Amino acid sequence: MTQGVLPDEVEDVPPAPRVTLADAFSEYVSRVRGGDVGPLPAILGLVVLLIVFSSLRPETFTNSFNFANLLIQSSPVIVIAMGLVFVLLIGEIDLSAGFTAGVAGAMLGVVATRNDWPWWVGVIVCLATGAFIGLVIGLLVSRVGIPSFVVTLAAFLGLQGLLLQIIGEGGTIRIQSDTVLAIMSKNLPLWLGWAMYIGLVAAYGAVSFRQLANRRARGLVAPPPAVWLAKVVCLAVLLGICTYYLNLERSRNSAVSSIKGVPIVIPVVLVLLVLLSMLLTRTLFGRHVYAVGGNAEAARRAGINVARIRLLCFVLCSSIAAIAGILLASRVNSVTPNTGGGETLLYAVGAAVIGGTSLFGGKGKPVDAIIGGLVVAIVANGMGLLNQPAAVVYMVTGGVLLLAAGVDALSRRRAAASGRA
Amino acid sequence: MTTTTTEAEHKPPPSGPPLLELRGVNKSFGPVQVLHDVDLTVRLGRVTALVGDNGAGKSTLIKGIAGIHAFDEGDYEFEGQSVTVHNPKQANALGIEVVYQDLALCDNLDIVENLYLGREALNAGLLDEIAMEQRAAATLAGLSVRTVKSVRQKVASLSGGQRQTVAIARAVLWNSKLVILDEPTAALGVAQTEQVLNLVRRLADRGLAVILISHNMNDVLAVADDIAVLYLGRLTAQVQAKDVSHSEVVQLITGGTLVEKGGQVVVTDPHEASAAADGNGSSETGDRS
Repeated sequence: MTQGVLPDEVEDVPPAPRVTLADAFSEYVSRVRGGDVGPLPAILGLVVLLIVFSSLRPETFTNSFNFANLLIQSSPVIVIAMGLVFVLLIGEIDLSAGFTAGVAGAMLGVVATRNDWPWWVGVIVCLATGAFIGLVIGLLVSRVGIPSFVVTLAAFLGLQGLLLQIIGEGGTIRIQSDTVLAIMSKNLPLWLGWAMYIGLVAAYGAVSFRQLANRRARGLVAPPPAVWLAKVVCLAVLLGICTYYLNLERSRNSAVSSIKGVPIVIPVVLVLLVLLSMLLTRTLFGRHVYAVGGNAEAARRAGINVARIRLLCFVLCSSIAAIAGILLASRVNSVTPNTGGGETLLYAVGAAVIGGTSLFGGKGKPVDAIIGGLVVAIVANGMGLLNQPAAVVYMVTGGVLLLAAGVDALSRRRAAASGRA
Repeated sequence: MTTTTTEAEHKPPPSGPPLLELRGVNKSFGPVQVLHDVDLTVRLGRVTALVGDNGAGKSTLIKGIAGIHAFDEGDYEFEGQSVTVHNPKQANALGIEVVYQDLALCDNLDIVENLYLGREALNAGLLDEIAMEQRAAATLAGLSVRTVKSVRQKVASLSGGQRQTVAIARAVLWNSKLVILDEPTAALGVAQTEQVLNLVRRLADRGLAVILISHNMNDVLAVADDIAVLYLGRLTAQVQAKDVSHSEVVQLITGGTLVEKGGQVVVTDPHEASAAADGNGSSETGDRS
């Protein structure tokens, strides 16, 4: 890298001022007041919902059986939502992700059950099916130029038909592989749960501390160590409570069968979260995804292949939906013509938006999907425990989604007013 | 602006080798001929203002220089070499960068991310944030940009002048020799306009060649060394800024020729202009600044 007229040396840059805890806090407050709220509303919502349902149904809502059930139930929606984040980030939509999950799950059934091949062949075929669907959608959107809303609406109908075709009218494909079934029905041994907990907290602490130390060593502005410590402690406490809770006995009749430990699906979701977050924040591809979502024309002029980024986002979204397909199949031991249908997709879009991913593109993170997905799941779960009919559950969920989209729109307006958008 | 006065004396003589030289450039879009036999000379260390009324062909000319649509005919010489520029990549490779009026920044990214957009620094396959942030800070400091609080601010939170600064900094980050600025002050207030003009001046003082497109005669006269006037697709005059007054430039833009009190048509050749103006040059430069 040669420098023309600009200084080669960085020595003449004044050292970055030390940021105190108060500075860091006041900057965060001013950012939130300026409209850059991030997942804050969703986290507040989560806390409120937890308090409300815990006080209304202290027995049933808070027991560890329900807690584990909630996490397992919400995981397919969360995984689909994590994929949707990529498509939403570039300002597009994928309405077909639910049935992509269904078709991919059906392919798993066809390979592993009907043809009796090993489970891992089924999983590979399942993921390849998802990638292929994403490839077709992505090509139609990025090369042909059909709006993604229309392409994926067509795919929503078409894949629904394909799923029916594969499975047959009124039929089901049973999933028999123990490995696949274990994902949603088995738990980690207690010690492994704790080991995973310690590993996660230690890894997070070490990685974020190294970043901090690196920035300080190179004379860049760095948040005070107290902020780092607070984050690590928060994570440790939160995950600690979850792990402890999941490691409690939650069988109604523990003499007959014992159910305890962290469900296997949780590490699956966490691994996905870490990988996708790294992809978005640490790689060239991720940077370009945000650029395309923020200003596609600017990205194009900067030499970014916008069509390729769009295509890859759709491929990723559908491939991740295929993973959700495995989870859906694993949970009910079978694939039916309605797998991934119903409200699955709408809940997933809702989860991403509630978590803070913008429908306008350029703003969002994979972790939004988890926060939003938990909000959606808790509403459905809590309302169910309050013996509310499905009609009310739908209406309340709709209201929550509207609220989240409203917060997004209002914070954008606020951001525009304060010169942040 | 005392710096401008002192820098003016260090400038390379206008007769030095030009960085960019266009000779007899023509460009048509279908039946419409937009550029007729345009000759343009741009020198290192000088700000060349490109002025002209709407539809005079300014945009077509800079798009041709930047390789967005190639000229139909004519010589394109860069650093004394005859070159062909048929796409923006070729122009970038030569060291030509354009800052368009809409700036082409991503609001949702911060300053560092915007500066490096499309040319990110990598370390072991991952983004090298620390190296990019250090160099971004050094670049802004090198351009004497002190108005930006943090290089990790989102561009959305910047003022118009600061955005313009970021866009210009991006253009000079990559060893560029010629920076083309399209109406950099069009949407700015008084104070911000001055900031941006100071920055433009600094670019030239650091030895870059700058082409500045502007409708604002005050800006042009405040910062430009040479003024090239386009009139109905023809480059009718290229004069030194110190030789012309505000009203004379307006005359050139609206009429294509300069009619002086005596009634005779004056300079269309920059070399003659500079030779003629050598006597009273320094005092007028001071006046202009």
